[in-house]
Amino acid sequence: MTIAADKPRLSREHMLELLRQMIRIRRFEDKCAELYTQEKIRGFLHLYDGEEAVAVGVIPVLESRDRIVATYREHGQALVRGVPMTAALAEMFGKQEGCSHGRGGSMHLFDRAKNFYGGNAIVGGGLPLAVGLALADHMRGAGIVTACFFGDGAVAEGEFHESLNLAALWGLPVLFVCENNLYAMGTALALSESETDLQRKAACYRIAAEAVDGMDVVAVEAAARRAVHQVRETGKPYFLECRTYRLRAHSMFDAQLYRDKAEVETWRQKDPILRLTTWLESNHLIHADELARIEAGVAAEIADAVAFAEAASWEPIGQLTRFTYAEPVATANR
Amino acid sequence: MSQPSQPGTVETTYRDAVREAIREALHRDPAVFLMGEDVGRYGGCYAVSKGLLAEFGPDRIRDTPLSESGFTGAGIGAAMAGMRPIVELMTVNFSLLALDQILNTAATIRHMSGNQFGVPLVIRMATGAGRQVAAQHSHSLEGWYAHIPGIKVLAPATLEDARGMLWTALEQPDPVLIFENVMLYNMTGRLAADAGAVEIDKAAVRRAGRDISLITYGGSLWKTLEAAAALAGDKIEAEVIDLRSLRPLDDAAIMASVAKTRRAVIVDEGWRSGSLSAEIGMRIVEQAFWELDAPIRRVCSAEVPIPYPRHLEEAAIPQVPRIVAAAKAALGRE
Repeated sequence: MTIAADKPRLSREHMLELLRQMIRIRRFEDKCAELYTQEKIRGFLHLYDGEEAVAVGVIPVLESRDRIVATYREHGQALVRGVPMTAALAEMFGKQEGCSHGRGGSMHLFDRAKNFYGGNAIVGGGLPLAVGLALADHMRGAGIVTACFFGDGAVAEGEFHESLNLAALWGLPVLFVCENNLYAMGTALALSESETDLQRKAACYRIAAEAVDGMDVVAVEAAARRAVHQVRETGKPYFLECRTYRLRAHSMFDAQLYRDKAEVETWRQKDPILRLTTWLESNHLIHADELARIEAGVAAEIADAVAFAEAASWEPIGQLTRFTYAEPVATANR
Repeated sequence: MSQPSQPGTVETTYRDAVREAIREALHRDPAVFLMGEDVGRYGGCYAVSKGLLAEFGPDRIRDTPLSESGFTGAGIGAAMAGMRPIVELMTVNFSLLALDQILNTAATIRHMSGNQFGVPLVIRMATGAGRQVAAQHSHSLEGWYAHIPGIKVLAPATLEDARGMLWTALEQPDPVLIFENVMLYNMTGRLAADAGAVEIDKAAVRRAGRDISLITYGGSLWKTLEAAAALAGDKIEAEVIDLRSLRPLDDAAIMASVAKTRRAVIVDEGWRSGSLSAEIGMRIVEQAFWELDAPIRRVCSAEVPIPYPRHLEEAAIPQVPRIVAAAKAALGRE
């Protein structure tokens, strides 16, 4: 990577692509919420509404050989990474054509071909995993970066501290991406952390750290370029705190008793899609028909995904115990 | 073990046999490395890894912080990225700090990812009581781990298995836990000079007999063999089954023995309630009830945290007289 590659590309086409990807996630999840009320999608469904700028700002900066570890709110990461929308939606339906064969659901999207390592529903559980992926790369001198996404809730877990310590101690190429949306489920950051400036915690472990406006996709991308470049050059970890907000509830079961409607409204004004669209419009960089074209393209992709998921098949119950162990072993086991 | 000296054998200890197994694995495969608390500079808390740091260096004999969840998770990530880590947890008591990583990540990823990712990780740990180190260092929780689908659980009781199970475990595509009973490390005996890998999916008949089956594993094997010898003095020929693998259980070997002897005593250092012995007893009832001539009996640990004073510790865990008494009771010869 050259120094020039370190800088954001502010071409019109690039900006439109950032917008398209954010709209793609937003509309996909709007459809998911609808499908949830129709009981096509069951279980927990955690939407990324408002946080799209983080995945869209960070993931395209990574190379295909780099690895990604995500959480249970990972639809955005999966889609931007290139997990096909068809396979992602079929997974949420629980169909065997899903990206995890239907065994994982919304919280466990995996895709080996995309180096996408989940989909972890244990808060903070993915951090040690990311450290280990990076340890393997470090021991083989591979020059690969592992990006680990997690929320502010994970910061309270011991594994956050264990993982940052190990990554710093051993000099491992992990990009820690903290999606600070101010709430651990329903508990505000100020109620769960003695120090609410999260990037300072990383700094305590002697990890290069910065905080960025997570509602500004251009700022996130610029920071991600600096961060990924530094991790790849030095092989050392980097902590990027993206200050963002979840405009919807934690999950579909959440009545949001813990925050004011006024607070949510304030943040709606900072919506990353609204913000980028407004900026593009005020600078005459986007025409109404281009926006319509983006929306139409996304709508068509979503319609295809819904049709695919509907038509996909249920795994035979006879295969219930498959994938507990590697196949040859499973057949010999009880 | 006091076999006479035989040609082609060497005098060794259980500890040295485990060390030789680790050495061999490190030589055979450059992807293998050992990671854990005090495995390097200190030489291993049970001196198992003594000398390996000098031979293989700090990358492959990797000292970790006291950070069980973090480095166990790092082992999972490294295994998923193609390395073959051996994670050493100092004792099963401390493994509880890593239980989330073992249960929620290592055991589930293959299933949740629809078979896209496996975790070929080996975790070794010490288990068992008898060294007067009180409750937080003395428990036998391997039966708990045997409850979990997605992992394999091994209990090497002999020098051959201490030497041979590790390599076979490292060749598995799924996570394998190896439990080494603390009372066996100093056990001496003769081992074939060319001893190597052994199979890990079969129980072994350590003493053949026709009157009663004594079913056990790990540190209790030697007490059970001693009990069998005492029973032989009373013209009772006990068959001693060494389970070797606690998950999966070798049902066929258990049922074959019970079908022959028609009576069974299970000797398990775990607590009786909800124990592995309960599982084995129930399997016998399910599969061989009509073969039985007497109720199944169990010799387990007393339902108490393992105490510190020697006399209480000895009273808490299975001992030869209790095994003898249980066998005689099953035979109606109290």
